[in-house]
Amino acid sequence: MNGINRRCVLRGLLDGTAVCVALPLLNCFLNGNGTALADGSPLPVRFGTWGWGLGLNKAIFVPKKTGANFDLPEEIESLAPIQKHINLFTGFDCFRDAAPNLCHKTGWVIMRAGIAPANQTDLPGETIDVTIAKKISTATRFQTLTATATGNVRDSYSYENAKSVNIADWSPLQFYSKLFGEDFQDPNLPDFKPSARTMVRKSVLSGVLERTQELGKTVGAEDKARLDQYFSGLRDLERQFDQQLKKPEPRAACHPAKAPAEDAKPGLDYELVGLRHKMMTDLMVMAVACDQTRVFNMAIAAQQAATTKPGYDKPHHTATHEEPVDAQLGYQKEVSWFIRREMELWAQYVGAFAKMKEGDGTLLDNVLIYASTDQSLARLHQIDGLPMFTAGRAGGKLKTGLHIAGNGDQGTRLGYTAMKVFGLENASWGTQSNNTSKEIGEILV
Amino acid sequence: MRSRSLCARSLYVSVVGLAAGFGLAGCTDTSSHHVAKSPGVAAVASYSGTPARVRRMTQSEYTNTISYVFGSDLTIGEPFAPLPRTDGLLASGASSAGMTAGEFQQLQRSASAIASQVVDKGNLGDRTSPRRDFLVPCKPQAVEGPDDACAAKFIRQTGRLLFRHALPDAMVTELTNNAHKGAADLKDFYAGLATVIEGMLLDPGVLLITDTTEADPARPGHLRLTSYALASRLSFFLWDAAPDDELLKAAESGALYTKKGRTAAVDRMLASPRLEAGVRAFFDDMFGFEEFAVTAKDPKTYPMITGQTLLDSREQTLRTVVDHLITRHGDYRDLFLTRNTFISPTLAPVYGVPSTTGWSAYEFPADAHRAGILSQISFLALHSHPARSSATKRGKALRELLLCQKVPPPPPNVDFSAVENPDPTLRTARERLTRHSVNPVCAGCHKITDPIGLALETFDGAGRYRETEKGAKLDTSGSLDGKTFASSEGLGQALHDHPQLGSCLVRRLYSFGTGGPLSNSDTPAVEALSAAFAKSGYRVPDLLRMIALSDAFAEVVEMPPAPVKTAAAGLEQVAK
Repeated sequence: MNGINRRCVLRGLLDGTAVCVALPLLNCFLNGNGTALADGSPLPVRFGTWGWGLGLNKAIFVPKKTGANFDLPEEIESLAPIQKHINLFTGFDCFRDAAPNLCHKTGWVIMRAGIAPANQTDLPGETIDVTIAKKISTATRFQTLTATATGNVRDSYSYENAKSVNIADWSPLQFYSKLFGEDFQDPNLPDFKPSARTMVRKSVLSGVLERTQELGKTVGAEDKARLDQYFSGLRDLERQFDQQLKKPEPRAACHPAKAPAEDAKPGLDYELVGLRHKMMTDLMVMAVACDQTRVFNMAIAAQQAATTKPGYDKPHHTATHEEPVDAQLGYQKEVSWFIRREMELWAQYVGAFAKMKEGDGTLLDNVLIYASTDQSLARLHQIDGLPMFTAGRAGGKLKTGLHIAGNGDQGTRLGYTAMKVFGLENASWGTQSNNTSKEIGEILV
Repeated sequence: MRSRSLCARSLYVSVVGLAAGFGLAGCTDTSSHHVAKSPGVAAVASYSGTPARVRRMTQSEYTNTISYVFGSDLTIGEPFAPLPRTDGLLASGASSAGMTAGEFQQLQRSASAIASQVVDKGNLGDRTSPRRDFLVPCKPQAVEGPDDACAAKFIRQTGRLLFRHALPDAMVTELTNNAHKGAADLKDFYAGLATVIEGMLLDPGVLLITDTTEADPARPGHLRLTSYALASRLSFFLWDAAPDDELLKAAESGALYTKKGRTAAVDRMLASPRLEAGVRAFFDDMFGFEEFAVTAKDPKTYPMITGQTLLDSREQTLRTVVDHLITRHGDYRDLFLTRNTFISPTLAPVYGVPSTTGWSAYEFPADAHRAGILSQISFLALHSHPARSSATKRGKALRELLLCQKVPPPPPNVDFSAVENPDPTLRTARERLTRHSVNPVCAGCHKITDPIGLALETFDGAGRYRETEKGAKLDTSGSLDGKTFASSEGLGQALHDHPQLGSCLVRRLYSFGTGGPLSNSDTPAVEALSAAFAKSGYRVPDLLRMIALSDAFAEVVEMPPAPVKTAAAGLEQVAK
């Protein structure tokens, strides 16, 4: 802020804190062109992920045409409303080198962490969302937000390190409370007064931080690393308290709805998963619009998706292994039913960001969402030809509406491209054969 | 190559399960297994210790501790991230799992909610009592401001229970100063106290269970747990919660280092009603019941199975366990034969028994085909698909959860089209699974799971009894590691008689008690305890007592350089 500007006409001090009373409210948010915040800083560009389970049926998923205006085969025909907002990547591979092909794990871990896991208990290490969050999401209330439509807190593709998963918010009611409950500071309220309770909390926390450091000096190396992480977690909490003591920047699109009347019912049939996905998506979109985080994750299925179809006795994963290939169709009909539903939810997710206005465009213009899965042909646990998507224009840095054929190139190139879009300075990403320093230039503006 | 792979897989089963050899024998490895020279507690005493660990509290330990310190009527929430199952237990994952920033945010919110409830002034309209009046041991001189003496009294008393040791004076002073500042800034004594409680509930001294050590005078050059750390280990093991005042006093007096004092403390804990919380927490973990949180049945196939039915099935099994093992002091192996259980209104129609109001004890008739917990809905429904039963899942669960064996995952590149089943004339699971047995790639694993699970096919995916599937009579014959049977009751008997049933429980309980996965150095103690457990007639309270009183429980050894390499990892390398 550079003192009084033409949009914030009244400014005062309350308990030593700046207060903005804007007239009219919406005009206070943005610059004259609607492309930047009122103080001249650009609209933030955010990174998101979306995860689906069990890949594709190549013959009815992969478009024949590459580049713009690609065709939409039947398994992805539901993407028509969002085609202009997305890029589809097919034919990119994962390389396990000497590691085994771990069913439903190797593929997604390589795509999200760049590393081929050695065994089923080997956790991924830092995933791409966390890497990017360290660069772009250190000044918001939540460094990352992770949600799942499965109702299972464990269903997350986000890891801080090899010992720590970022657990997923799974209950819409709890997610609402976390985001917009009593600790939420509406950025558009004209008055702001820092909370005395938060100041006291911060003061108390300093002693806890000191004791954590002291304890770290008394334990072995492995436990020391965990104590260091404990310390980092507390520091992040302290940072949050600091955030709460500052007046947030106004956000025109930030209008949280009321809390859901009731939570989504437990269960994995697609109607329930779809309902939960919509509820969690709406909350996530609003959280991003309110600048509660700049990195967000959503999954509609865990690796080895257990989603069910009402009245059909095989969950998605079981169906991939037990349903016969339809001789006439050339693919597993019920398995394709599941994938089609997943694509519908991907369209729903992207569409929700596209509907949210921000500046002179939409929220989707200012995000990059990266979507990946665990297998290509799940029936055989294939990890070559894994499909991926991006959605959004990342503040004008990305083209959209393209189908890019990888022709066996490294799938990690897309993750590396995302890192470059967000200004990370690493020269390459991934290990061994997944190591790449090549961006996917076709999608860059 | 295939035979080598299968051979390696059977080695894996043998090693992890400590098996002498099952149907896949021929590649057993006995090199790392010691034979106990003499059974009983004396033998356990001759082996030393476990590594000093730092482990995070589990959700249930946190809940039980807060309930004990502040009252069971508090709403506590579930702020902890789920733990990775390690060596068969979630609790063992607590010794390696980290804590993320997101988890601290949840912990802070939970701490804030707990603190506000502790200092709640009550509400006559809501008929809620003023908790502050009985949880804070003094009245401040004025509610609107600081009272250091009263704050210090609360902090010293409550902090001792939460931190599991007496707080040093300097820490009491620091926290009292925090309470003073909070009360002054917020103009409310209790609000100030609440911020201190919040801070305590984020403190590593509370949330991390640290095995602090000291020189062991009985073993020069070696370490033992400090008496406070020993008190914590005993309490989390037996009560799944932090020590109470009496146990802390025993730690402070040094009594836990005397045979008489430790025996008295352990016997008091075993006689306490709080033992039930410990036993429930352990078996809930060992049986993998956390999966109930995400288990649902297809309503079109099983319209009578609601979320409450599944919750009640979990509760039914835990009640059966506590009743059989603790109340009746029964033989652990008989848990798989007993017809005594408990029934709730939602379970009654699924079992086809008269409905009840609330929970009531119930004994299944001898001809009801409901003998042992394998025939309870919890096991049957949890290890099934949403819309059908699964002999493979049930067989795998029995081996992994109850016998501590490891069933390898299917090979990644197997073409399942070989076993696809388009033939509608195959009506039963046995007919369908026969397809697996003719495929050598599948057969290696399926023959160690399916003959077990098929015996339970008389129970559908929701646990309802049936004698036919799609009109075909069900054949429930099978075998478990050489012992044949003809029915689910026979499977229960085979499991009852299995030599690994008791030793698996010992492994899991020893891990649970000592706070981490087993390493090779634990093998002698586990084998000695297994022999002693058998000698006791497989009485679990006796086993708890033996573990808690063993020298190994209090003695400390160096942390192994790395976790025990699993057979799976070795297998994968061999198999390649």
